[in-house]
Amino acid sequence: MKALLMHADRDFDVAQPLPAHAGIVQQDLELGAVINAMAAGDELIAKVARRALLNSRGNDVAAIRYRQAVVADALAHPEPVRQMYANAVAALEDKRKNYWGFLGHHPSSILYSAIHVLGMFMGRLRALRSIAEAQAGQFQSAGFGNLFAMAQREFNDAYLARVAAQLDALKFRHGALVNACLGPDGESEHYALRRPGEVNANWLQRLLERAPPAYTVRIAERDMIGAKTLSEMRDRGIDRVANTLMHSVDHINSFFEMLRAELAFHVGCVNLHERLTAAGVPTCFPELWPPGNAPGFRARELRDASLVLTLTHAVVANTIDATGRQLVVVTGANQGGKSTFLRSLGLAQLMSQCGMFVAADGFSSAPCSGLFTHYKREEDASMRQGKLDEELARIGDIADVIRPGAWLLCNESFASTNEREGSELARQMVTVMQERSIQVIFVTHLYTFARAAYAQQQDAALFLRAERLADGTRTHQLREGPPRETSYGEDLYREIFGADAERADPAGDESGREPRTASVRRV
Amino acid sequence: MNDAYAGANFRSILWRADAAAATSDDGVAVPDCFHDLNLDQVVDAIAAEWPEENLAPFFHVTLHDIAAVQYRQAVLRDLERPAVQRSVLAFVQHMRSVHARLAGIEKLHYRHEKERALLTAADGYCSAVQNLKQEIESLDPASAGLRGLCAYLVKYTTESVEFMKLASDTHELLSALDAVHYGLLIRSGSVTVRKDAGEADFSVEVEDIFAKFQQDIAQEAPRNARGRIGINSLNHIEAQILDRVALLYPQTFATLDAFCAKHELFADPVIERLAREACFYLAWLRYTEPLRRVPLPFCYPVVDTESKATVCEDGFDLALSVKLAQEHRPVVRNSVTLCGAERIIVVSGPNHGGKTTFARMFGQLHWLAALGLSVPGARARLFLFDRLFTHFEKEEDIATLRGKLQDDLVRIHQILKQATPRSVIVLNEIFASTTLNDAVRLGQRIMARLSQLDALSVCVTFLTELADFNEKTVSAVAMIEPRDPALRTFKVERRPADGLAYALAIANKYRVTRAALLQRIAP
Repeated sequence: MKALLMHADRDFDVAQPLPAHAGIVQQDLELGAVINAMAAGDELIAKVARRALLNSRGNDVAAIRYRQAVVADALAHPEPVRQMYANAVAALEDKRKNYWGFLGHHPSSILYSAIHVLGMFMGRLRALRSIAEAQAGQFQSAGFGNLFAMAQREFNDAYLARVAAQLDALKFRHGALVNACLGPDGESEHYALRRPGEVNANWLQRLLERAPPAYTVRIAERDMIGAKTLSEMRDRGIDRVANTLMHSVDHINSFFEMLRAELAFHVGCVNLHERLTAAGVPTCFPELWPPGNAPGFRARELRDASLVLTLTHAVVANTIDATGRQLVVVTGANQGGKSTFLRSLGLAQLMSQCGMFVAADGFSSAPCSGLFTHYKREEDASMRQGKLDEELARIGDIADVIRPGAWLLCNESFASTNEREGSELARQMVTVMQERSIQVIFVTHLYTFARAAYAQQQDAALFLRAERLADGTRTHQLREGPPRETSYGEDLYREIFGADAERADPAGDESGREPRTASVRRV
Repeated sequence: MNDAYAGANFRSILWRADAAAATSDDGVAVPDCFHDLNLDQVVDAIAAEWPEENLAPFFHVTLHDIAAVQYRQAVLRDLERPAVQRSVLAFVQHMRSVHARLAGIEKLHYRHEKERALLTAADGYCSAVQNLKQEIESLDPASAGLRGLCAYLVKYTTESVEFMKLASDTHELLSALDAVHYGLLIRSGSVTVRKDAGEADFSVEVEDIFAKFQQDIAQEAPRNARGRIGINSLNHIEAQILDRVALLYPQTFATLDAFCAKHELFADPVIERLAREACFYLAWLRYTEPLRRVPLPFCYPVVDTESKATVCEDGFDLALSVKLAQEHRPVVRNSVTLCGAERIIVVSGPNHGGKTTFARMFGQLHWLAALGLSVPGARARLFLFDRLFTHFEKEEDIATLRGKLQDDLVRIHQILKQATPRSVIVLNEIFASTTLNDAVRLGQRIMARLSQLDALSVCVTFLTELADFNEKTVSAVAMIEPRDPALRTFKVERRPADGLAYALAIANKYRVTRAALLQRIAP
């Protein structure tokens, strides 16, 4: 029994360890905001969403499309999905309260508690089947279709009635009948439970009449050892059925656990979608390119989902066509929306890859073999490592695990050294990544690096600039354009320092910079 | 010697058939040298792992003729073959359980129970013997010991009427008991015993209805097995059930009565003896196994009763290396050769440099070789001594200086009085408790006595004066690491005892050697 609401062919692995860099990616992309919106206070949803987003690297186009269809069904029918989730949650809660586990327990107590829990589980399976019956025609996806068909096929009334009868017989009201043979010590062994049959008060008598002799051993009133021996013999006799029931409890339990986990993801999608819709942010299911053919991506009115969820005012959207561009270099003004863009792109790629919708009017890309981020870090508080050491160590960590077809998002990498060295490090790294077919989106102030890249590979790379209007105000939108030397830190400086800045810097030289940049470009 | 003859004469795999060997361990004391050589640790460890076989006495009695040593070496070589070792070990374990069962019969209360236990023991005995015979025969051992054993087993299993009758009676009776099946109706307060009435297997029915929940479950060992360890007696209920079962199957249980009357004592004394003596070899192989896996070499020494030419290549201290191997620390190996008139190895050098370990190794090698065992080393040629004497400085130091020196002299006097030219003598740090002049004088006296005696000896001493005493002495020095005198190499090498290597190394480290001082102090 499988839920198959995440993958067409296998269970969703809740316990799968996250990749080593998952924590960094989560932090750099501020995934927490998205996860919290999905969870809406439900810890399990948060856990599942986190796994789904950060462990999505193995999903291929077919797998993603399968899940997109399930998510679309959930968005179209939120109530039945939430009901099924609540049913699974309740089933597991029933079991938790009524089941003691097996370790250290006798078969008879295992059997007793398993009979009870199986009775409750059957009720929950019946409830699932009822929802399936009611909704069967409404849902479109293969995932929900299979689940509904399975519930109707496996848990029809006839089956549920047979189970109830069997569970009743297992209470052994008239004694347990077992077969045995002699062990090497003269003890009885190889106990095998026999069917009680239509046992009634005259059972023994009829048995005596039927032929073979029978001898009854009675236990004296206060014979504790005798009583214990009998109950141990009974335990050995019922051990196998106790095991069967225990496995059934386990199995149905893991089915409900799986169903709960997979539905948690879809309930999470419903929750997030409601939040984004309420904020007036359009969403779409992304178009998936087959991997390997086309590097790059195409985004229409792409927004940073995590920013949407944390801000109250409108968030800037970007429309970028980087189709066929293995490298995207983003330069331009500080506070100009570069980091937001990088984050929106990373989030869109992760969400796309796990079958979710994205916060855009349109988004297309190929699934990647892994998504990595390399962001400028604050100084290491412990001062054990220099900044560049730390940065390069992180590049090394990434290099251990990154593979062709991956995405690497760099935010001001190599800013901890001077521009010449930083540019050379960046150039070396980026050329290796390109040769290894790794998509790089590089936000940088390293003008030497950006300029050289622009000069050498205008076709393979896309160059974006954070827009700054003539009066110094920023639109927070990115426009295609060659790298410029300054990042307008000057602007920010002035903005913050206001009039003090003017007085302190009599030789403000912004006017002199622009032409110099231009002349270099012409060379 | 043909095998049939060997079979007729075979008595022991420790002692050749023609050896007038001690057949009783009674009164074999722990040799005096055991503590000094740390062989007590070795034998204690072995004895602890083989508690039932009382192996220690085997390690206390050395062999004095070459053929006896070779007899054991050949058996041990055969047993180093994994297949041979496995079969003999299986036999030993089989016999252990037979012994345990026979010993347990005393403690049983009920007739049928005692009879059943005897049958089990007899069955274990028969298969132990038959398996061993079959396997040893097919493995075609090379040693006289195992070939003799093989011939003996063939004769015993195919010609001994007693054994053949035991085997066939056991087999028939077990088949009859296997056919005993009965039903038990267990209720609170009573259990009814009757013949199997062929009801349906209820466990199977339950498994059938819950089949859909039994997938993906790893097969686990049934907990049906009786939770009893070793042999426990039946309690009164179990015994009463057994009595009722006997009533259901009167014929079978009458045969059991007859079997027990006939075969009360079934074990052959040669087989019994083999079960214990085989453990001497198995224990040795198991004890040395972790060392051989390191890998450290073990070899079969060439033993001689005439020539005292001695070779030890890459030898090591057994007890110490077991400890080092457990801690994954390296084991230092040492080599030494004595030829011509050379008899006495004088070991000098810095403290904690491996001198005592070297002396122990020398003694251990001789003792182990005289037990017919493999010895720790790559190659060895050793003299088969009549007695082995050791005198190590005692750890407890309560005595006054004079008392201690007196103890030393008394002990050495005893040794020299008892020792013959065929003895091996190991003296460690003698006369450390007196003045240098005293020690030198006494030492020279002892050296003269030892030379005169012509016994193989090792003297560990700080008195370098003793190292080149005469043509019989060989000087060996515990080496230090020249670059860092604080590091011990624990290597003992044959070289003149100048006492300077250590001092020079320290001088070098502090650059106060002549060359260094010439450089440092400008002219």
